[in-house]
Amino acid sequence: MNNNNRLEMQAITKEYPGCKANDQVNLAIKHGEIHALLGENGAGKSTLMKILYGVVKPDQGTIIWNGQPINISEPAAARALGIGMVFQHFSLFDTLTIAENIALALGEQAGHPNTLSRRIKETSNRYGMPLDPERRISTLSTGERQRVEIVRCLLLDIQLLILDEPTSVLTPQEVDALFETLHTLKSEGCSVLFISHKLHEVTALCDSATILRAGKVSGHCVPKQETPASIARMMVGNDTPISNETRRAKGQETFVKVSNLSTYPQGLFDVALKSINLTVKKGEIVGIAGVAGNGQEELLKALSGEAPEKNSHAITFGEDIVDAMSPLERRRLGLAFVPEDRLGRGAVPEMDLCENALLTSFDQGLVAKGLLNKPKIKALADKIITKYKVKASGNHSHAASLSGGNLQKFIIGREVEQQPKFLLMSHPTWGVDIGAQVAIHQAILSLRDQGCAILVISEDLDELYKISDRLGAICHGQLSAFLPTDDLPLPQLGRWMAGDFTEQASQGELA
Amino acid sequence: MIIKLEARVQSSSVWTYLSPLLAVLLTLITGYCLFSALGQDPTQAIYTFFIAPIADWYGVSELLVKTLPILLCAYGLALCYRAAVWNIGAEGQLLIGGVCASAMALQFVDSTTFWAMPLTLLAGIAGGMAWAGLAALMKLRLNTNEILVTIMMNYIALNILLWAVHGPLKDPYGFNFPESALFGDSTILPILFEGTRLHLGLVFTLVALVASWLFISKTFAGFKVQVLGLDSAAAKMAGYKKSTLTAMVLLVCGGLAGLAGASEVAGPIGQLVPHISPGFGYAAIIVAFLGRLHPVGITLAGLLMGLIYMGGEMAQIQIGLPNAITGIFQGLMLFFLLSCDVLIRYRLRFSMSSLLAEISSAKTKVAE
Repeated sequence: MNNNNRLEMQAITKEYPGCKANDQVNLAIKHGEIHALLGENGAGKSTLMKILYGVVKPDQGTIIWNGQPINISEPAAARALGIGMVFQHFSLFDTLTIAENIALALGEQAGHPNTLSRRIKETSNRYGMPLDPERRISTLSTGERQRVEIVRCLLLDIQLLILDEPTSVLTPQEVDALFETLHTLKSEGCSVLFISHKLHEVTALCDSATILRAGKVSGHCVPKQETPASIARMMVGNDTPISNETRRAKGQETFVKVSNLSTYPQGLFDVALKSINLTVKKGEIVGIAGVAGNGQEELLKALSGEAPEKNSHAITFGEDIVDAMSPLERRRLGLAFVPEDRLGRGAVPEMDLCENALLTSFDQGLVAKGLLNKPKIKALADKIITKYKVKASGNHSHAASLSGGNLQKFIIGREVEQQPKFLLMSHPTWGVDIGAQVAIHQAILSLRDQGCAILVISEDLDELYKISDRLGAICHGQLSAFLPTDDLPLPQLGRWMAGDFTEQASQGELA
Repeated sequence: MIIKLEARVQSSSVWTYLSPLLAVLLTLITGYCLFSALGQDPTQAIYTFFIAPIADWYGVSELLVKTLPILLCAYGLALCYRAAVWNIGAEGQLLIGGVCASAMALQFVDSTTFWAMPLTLLAGIAGGMAWAGLAALMKLRLNTNEILVTIMMNYIALNILLWAVHGPLKDPYGFNFPESALFGDSTILPILFEGTRLHLGLVFTLVALVASWLFISKTFAGFKVQVLGLDSAAAKMAGYKKSTLTAMVLLVCGGLAGLAGASEVAGPIGQLVPHISPGFGYAAIIVAFLGRLHPVGITLAGLLMGLIYMGGEMAQIQIGLPNAITGIFQGLMLFFLLSCDVLIRYRLRFSMSSLLAEISSAKTKVAE
């Protein structure tokens, strides 16, 4: 046994009905190294992490911790060993303070309440991410919330920190700050397991990497000696195209125009939109970057018609003022919409693909005098399945039985086949594997070339840089200026995402 | 050998149909054991309970008469439940339908006009719709919870009925009994088959059966109702109007329940009495779910429920079993149906290997 290893997972196997999530997976992490766990969605990364953190029990395999075989039965046991985990979705109570949240989560491990605040301050300062323990979570930015989660782990005597896709919610500047923290941890001998699919971050940060594909380890590498492309190849295998060339477009006349749109927050944690000005031309893709929870959802609802405004005149599609119109009326003016939650909003989980095709395509001759034309509905579902290469057992499969990427291809196919004049998309490739991503981007680009106005709201900057023709950012319900994508350097976009719009007056064309 | 429940990747469509059959079979087996334990001849008792009530044509017709109002309410309720509108108020809608129909029928006691019956039925439908419409209005305008509102409105409806038979609709020549006058012959629903009590309500029920099946499976409005029920966020995304759909299903259900009430007072009862419903509207809730919200399933479930009611009476009369036997069989039926439903989403795995694995791991632990 190699005593250099902090952790060894040997021959871990976990089977769920219908799929082998982990198949004989081996993972070894040394003392004081930053180890990347790479893989597409569904490759088995989360299952492996849940096994390590004691959330899921493996069917087979052993875990060796500092040379001792151990059995991790629950997360508290993992924490007691010195394993800390920061999940992709934070588990924090908005209405409580930082100290209260940490006390709640750690229970007895939090130590005496009187000393907790002081320890939070000390620890957070030592690792370069200062926090005020008395602040309420609701007042924190996403980056700060993540710090709370990390500090919560660091308060314990931590030896291995697991971060699940930590950078997907951060601005580029916040990512840099996080990497500093991780380097400090590393220099103190703490091991870090970094789960990501952003390959340039992995090559910049990590010392070694384990790559999973379809539940099996498909390779090990030293990321600094590889290129993002070579790692991507290990992730997806040899038969999937991993890149497509993108062409920028200028666009023609304006189709969607939003002038001076402001909204009031409906709920306690909703964001108000403040004087939003936005145009989308026919035949161009406009991208809006931003950290989640900065008004994206509100802007989407205002545009999709899910939150219509009776007395407002801020949004026009072509010649028509649409503020008061329902989603249905807007669809009849040419809107198509791909929401970010594909199960439970974009598609009905318990319904089959025929019914889900009908869901928004009802105006495509599928309904005559209120009656359903079943053969036509089936034909449409089959057409979407073949044309967009949706992997499903047939048009009768339930939406819930499709993988995220395949369902997304289906939903995007459904919307694109309606030949919309305006396609509104939120996170179109969120959680989608690389192969499906390429297919989806191609569908979007070819729709643009047919003269459709497309608005993409996303947190994935790689994606936005790849497909957008003009790019801007949203922060605290305010929109930055928009610049042609190639004229907008990443650091400037990062400042816009953080709400620093000072440069836009001089440089930005006010859209 | 260990029996393990394992989640299915997709729910089994075969077991959707087999599970109720299995439930009936298990109920019969349990009933068999139960009757033996009570010292009865089990075959004879089961025959008395399940076969004797429908052994002749009159029995079948009586079963239908008892089941019709339940079915009318259940078709409407199923529609509401498919839209995730939890209407518990079919009972109240039925009672108000009966009261309104009676008020109309009493205008025609001595008349022979053709319009007496249709107007009576329409009054019943309108009454039921109005009662359900109130619930819809409160839900949509005031954002009240339809479960609480419809339950409470059942009690209001019952008291309106009691007030009506003790007050304005009471027969002035009825020796102060809480009953209305007997309806005129022109109002009474015609009997379909000589020598039975089976009335025109059978036709209404069959029409409702076919119409609700067509609505759910063939129309776009029916599709929208199902989307709303399964996934309201998707309905909103697609632009389906929640308020219109909610009001529609409640009104349709109210109308059907009102028709059921009208068919009772203008059918087998022939006047307004305090007890026009022994809880048809509540039984319909169970029937709607037993029938998986599908019109054909509901029809079968309704007939089965009716049969259990009649069998219970028969068992009391013929072999002197207590009345509680009806409740026991209903309970058994529900219990087994819900248990068997597990098989739709899960499969049973009889695994030797996992047992062996556990034994061997236990052995190694002992060895260590």
